[in-house]
Amino acid sequence: MLYRENGQFKTSYQADQQIFPIAQDRIGVWLLVAFAAIGVPLLADEYLFRAILIPFLILALAALGLNILVGYCGQISLGTGAFMAVGAYAAYNLMIRIDGMPMVFAILLGGAIATAIGVLFGIPSLRIKGLYLAVATLAAQFFWDWAFLRIKWFTNNSSSGSVSVAQLDAFGWRIDTPLEKYLFCLIFLVVFALAAKNLVRSHIGREWMAIRDMDVAASVIGIRPVYAKLTAFAVSSFMVGVAGALWGFVHLGSWEPAAFSIDRSFQLLFMIIIGGLGSIMGSFFGAAFIVVLPIFLNQFLPWAGSLVGLSISTAAVAHTELMIFGALIVFFLIVEPHGLARLWSIGKEKLRLWPFPH
Amino acid sequence: MGFFLEAVIGGLMTGMLYSLVALGFVLIFKASGVFNFAQGAMVLFAALAMARFSEWIPQWLGFDNKLLANVLAFIAAMALMVVVAWLIERLALSKLVNQEGITLLMATLGITYFLDGFGQTLFGSDIYKIDIGLPKDPMFLFESVFEGGVLLNKEELYAAVIAAALVIVLSLFFQYTSTGRALRAVADDHQAAQSIGIPLNRIWVIVWSVAGFAALVAGIIWGSKLGVQFSLSLVALKALPVVILGGLTSVPGAIIAGLIIGVGEKLSEIYIGSQIGGGIEIWFGYVLVLFVLLVRPQGLFGEKIIDRV
Repeated sequence: MLYRENGQFKTSYQADQQIFPIAQDRIGVWLLVAFAAIGVPLLADEYLFRAILIPFLILALAALGLNILVGYCGQISLGTGAFMAVGAYAAYNLMIRIDGMPMVFAILLGGAIATAIGVLFGIPSLRIKGLYLAVATLAAQFFWDWAFLRIKWFTNNSSSGSVSVAQLDAFGWRIDTPLEKYLFCLIFLVVFALAAKNLVRSHIGREWMAIRDMDVAASVIGIRPVYAKLTAFAVSSFMVGVAGALWGFVHLGSWEPAAFSIDRSFQLLFMIIIGGLGSIMGSFFGAAFIVVLPIFLNQFLPWAGSLVGLSISTAAVAHTELMIFGALIVFFLIVEPHGLARLWSIGKEKLRLWPFPH
Repeated sequence: MGFFLEAVIGGLMTGMLYSLVALGFVLIFKASGVFNFAQGAMVLFAALAMARFSEWIPQWLGFDNKLLANVLAFIAAMALMVVVAWLIERLALSKLVNQEGITLLMATLGITYFLDGFGQTLFGSDIYKIDIGLPKDPMFLFESVFEGGVLLNKEELYAAVIAAALVIVLSLFFQYTSTGRALRAVADDHQAAQSIGIPLNRIWVIVWSVAGFAALVAGIIWGSKLGVQFSLSLVALKALPVVILGGLTSVPGAIIAGLIIGVGEKLSEIYIGSQIGGGIEIWFGYVLVLFVLLVRPQGLFGEKIIDRV
């Protein structure tokens, strides 16, 4: 960045171990949060909230959870959609089956149930590694897809198979407008992002990274793989489960199992790969990129077509979108396999030396 | 008993078809260490090409002979798959050498999206037919042993025979030709293979072309069974547990695992699925794989995974 840490002396261990050791960073993060909470509501209109900002917040939360598992602990999971679904359906069942259940507790408990399921499906990771594990986690995806479709108890015997939440009410705060929904999700995201940032720089985060880098060596120096892997699965599925509950309750309102299909799992995996594995900030970059890209293509392609005098049918737009999306992903992986977060840190390094790079 | 046997034979046939798709995965993984998620998209792409070419070529050339049309369409589709393989190697894989497994997996996912969109842009997105003249009528076996005999779908029988033949041809190709030997060398150790003068890039194009060939055969058989449509690419998801169960590096493993999962799926659907709501074949294979992997983390026939610090 344009500023440096010169002149900021630490006189206590506490000051030395802060999240953001440089004062400018601290101020910057506060400004960012303030902008998200105050500035964005003033600038954005309803469409922007509904189509981009709310999905971005929720998917960023899910990507954050997945990044802990894949990016920090190195366990590839293709079952994220299933854990989101477990969170959503668990929260829904808690809401309708327990009278007077506050919605916030239902969402958090939904996350807790997703944690239990996540740990259960994480147990094979103690034996299986890499690509084998990735396919094994697909078992979770297909099993839960099936369960929420076929077992009527989960959907409260609804005939259409879809479930809906009538109204959102957080401790007396009626959440009706898109703006309120946005703020509600923002609170969750900020709290969880802070928690995640702190977790990954604590001893447990270091254990995850040691397991990721080389698990045999890690266990030789006294890190318990069982504990490290299962905590990663637990923390990750909790965040993913909460994100799933928010996706169902706040973004969709009424949903079917298809909302959490395998495509969702791939989408989240794309977010963290493009954003940057093992980076909190990367999860945000990736989520923003993947949320905005299809909307942008959707608007841009017909417009570009009309420029050259072609009218493109909706089917053709959909197919071209797929092509461009796929091509962009391959392109990104070739140009920057470490994701947008790496670009960000390269930019920061460059700015540090600017304007005298030698 | 007759009913049980019917289910088992039906399962074996389906399993053979799964193996056919699984084979494509194994070939590529063996030779380049890439877990090719795009195999399903390649099946769809190849089937679309085959279906449309067999429709277009008679129109372009102005003749009316089904056999000739199918043969020409097969050649054209195969040529297209080779071009696709070459492009994938040239534009994506050669630039991603030495990346981690997950990055390569993601790249093939990107290729999946691209091929899905590209195939449907090029060939249209309706449901098409592939008619290569497989007989559709059912036949009965063991009529003297059981009452009513065992119902067998002739089409599936032919498909299974074709699949088995393909497997044998590929095994021979791998075992006895010099190209096959080069492929195995590359699979064993990229650097060592390169240092004795095996051209890596060409080998990869060949492998992807062979996988494209397997995809084309699978696409034709599945396509004539189900019709060529987008859902064909989901066949890959059914083949994934087969690959993993057999072990990522084993060709015979893919066949045997295919048969196991095919039979297991049918029987579990009939005897367990009816008790708990049906449709369990979508996850049966995966859950079976999960439990097998707990005992054998490398799959049934995969190479033993050895960790070194």
